[in-house]
Amino acid sequence: MPLEIQNLSGGYTTVPIIKDVNLNLETGEWLSLVGANGSGKSTFLKLLSRILSPSQGAVLLDGKVIHSQPPNVVAQQLALLPQQQTVPTGLSVRQLVSLGRTPHQPWWQWELSGEDKQKVENAIQKTRLENLSNRPVENLSGGERQRAFLALALAQEPKVLLLDEPTTYLDINYQLQLLELLKELNQQQQLTIVTVLHELNLAARYSDRIALFNQGNLWDVGTPATVLTPEAISQVFGVKALIINTPVGLQVCAVSSL
Amino acid sequence: MEMSIHLLVLNRAAYYFRIYLDEKMKMLSKQSGKQVPETLTQRRVFFAVMVLLLGLVLTLLLSLSQGAVPFSFDEMLQALLRRGDPLKQTILWDLRIPRIFAAMVVGAALGMSGALLQGMLRNSLADPFILGISAGAGLVVIVMVVLQVFQAWIPLAAWIGAIITTAIVIFLGRSGSKLSVELLILGGVAVSSLFGAVQSTLLLLAEDGQIQQALNWLIGSLNGRGWREVNAAAPYIIIALIAGWLLARSLNLLALGDDLAVSLGVNLGRSRILIAGVATLLAAGAVSVSGLVGFIGLVVPHGVRLLVGNDHRILLPLSALGGAWLLMFADLLSRLGSVELPVGSVTALLGSPLFIWLLYQRKTGTEN
Repeated sequence: MPLEIQNLSGGYTTVPIIKDVNLNLETGEWLSLVGANGSGKSTFLKLLSRILSPSQGAVLLDGKVIHSQPPNVVAQQLALLPQQQTVPTGLSVRQLVSLGRTPHQPWWQWELSGEDKQKVENAIQKTRLENLSNRPVENLSGGERQRAFLALALAQEPKVLLLDEPTTYLDINYQLQLLELLKELNQQQQLTIVTVLHELNLAARYSDRIALFNQGNLWDVGTPATVLTPEAISQVFGVKALIINTPVGLQVCAVSSL
Repeated sequence: MEMSIHLLVLNRAAYYFRIYLDEKMKMLSKQSGKQVPETLTQRRVFFAVMVLLLGLVLTLLLSLSQGAVPFSFDEMLQALLRRGDPLKQTILWDLRIPRIFAAMVVGAALGMSGALLQGMLRNSLADPFILGISAGAGLVVIVMVVLQVFQAWIPLAAWIGAIITTAIVIFLGRSGSKLSVELLILGGVAVSSLFGAVQSTLLLLAEDGQIQQALNWLIGSLNGRGWREVNAAAPYIIIALIAGWLLARSLNLLALGDDLAVSLGVNLGRSRILIAGVATLLAAGAVSVSGLVGFIGLVVPHGVRLLVGNDHRILLPLSALGGAWLLMFADLLSRLGSVELPVGSVTALLGSPLFIWLLYQRKTGTEN
């Protein structure tokens, strides 16, 4: 069990936004965090990625509390794709991806070893950035940039990948491409994925389980079919919805605002 | 006369080199289409190192031979080997060499300090004085000059003033257990304006002679700096330069934003305090030797970044090298005229047009 979340509470100030959440993840599982704006799903992801510290409870990675371990040791197993990327100037895609090896290097080792270089190339290949690898990151399009930062996270060789609304700034084609790529990694390499997703239909289609957040509480967690019910959606989102079974999974069709 | 020919030659050489570099870049970008080949960055680093070293050596030779008493190359060599006219030996060994040393150490400290702070604050307009160093050191020095106390202790007092002020700014920049970039900049501006106001008031109340003395220090000067100053400051500045270089990897990660830096294993609070601390030690050390020499810490890292990109493992040492070179060059210019200028006004005179040019280059660069 790579990730265990025990009685987790926390937020930006002393007032907790996330209240007493318990959740366990299996290896190779895809968990999507969904909920209305302000429901705490992003805060929850920030607690998992150590950007915020919990006021109570703990997050355990392979049985060890992540907030009290050395930061670089956790970074060898836990990677993040943030929602908004700060794009550094004057770095090529390959240089950016190389930074993902940093947690694995001892402090005196400044250059990539041959093995590190191979892993950087692998990450570039997986994200299909071979042709762009020498381009400055600031010159890439939104979709390419997203792939470059994903490659950075993959170069970390994490067991668990956290993603904060990875599809927000992408068009529908790039959204599918990105999620298909993640599914591939998820299935082939048993990469555990935790992602905030606004788009319920995509969450239903790709996730093994969905965690539905409401006002800082974990409202429900389970397979898409058990969590995404008309009742839950009307109570959490205030929307009357139809749930339709389609060849690409459940689709949530919003009918009217309640 | 001889001097101006040297300068002319240097100037021409720099001009042709730039044309050559421009052509080379155009050719390379044509050959490779949209892609920038990996070797280019390495070649650019190599170029930058060669240019800086060449400039450093040329300027060093000029600095050794030129001044109030110009030496021919032969005389300089003789004096350097402790031969020939004893007066010339004394001028070289007791006046010029320590002063050149002081210029290099101060320039290197300011260059790296600027690079560290620009990297940490993710703001390429930051300079070593942004965290209140100039205000703190300036205030202490002006108080001492106006009250006419402990004149011999001005360098140490300036250093202490700088460190204490930065400590206040860092304290103001705390947010939780971390340091916030925005709060640090705001704190620096607020503390600087407060101390600046006190400074101006004190200067208004001071006598003319004191104002002269204080101004000389506020503008920054290397006049009369000898082995004593160099021996006191150089070892500590060199250690701080090495410490600064060791922070290159965390700076590279911090450039990716707080969230990603944390997830790549950076301890935000600790690395920010270390970077700000080393940058402050460097700048305060420089200030204690020369007073407030401006523009080096702003222009040099900026220019070096345009040349070699944003990898701090390369950017930091080259900024130190560039700072050493530029300040030595400015100091050379400052003592060529019939009246010696404070080196701070030369760096401002050189630095401002250079900075405008760099900004313009950058603007056209991003439009492409």
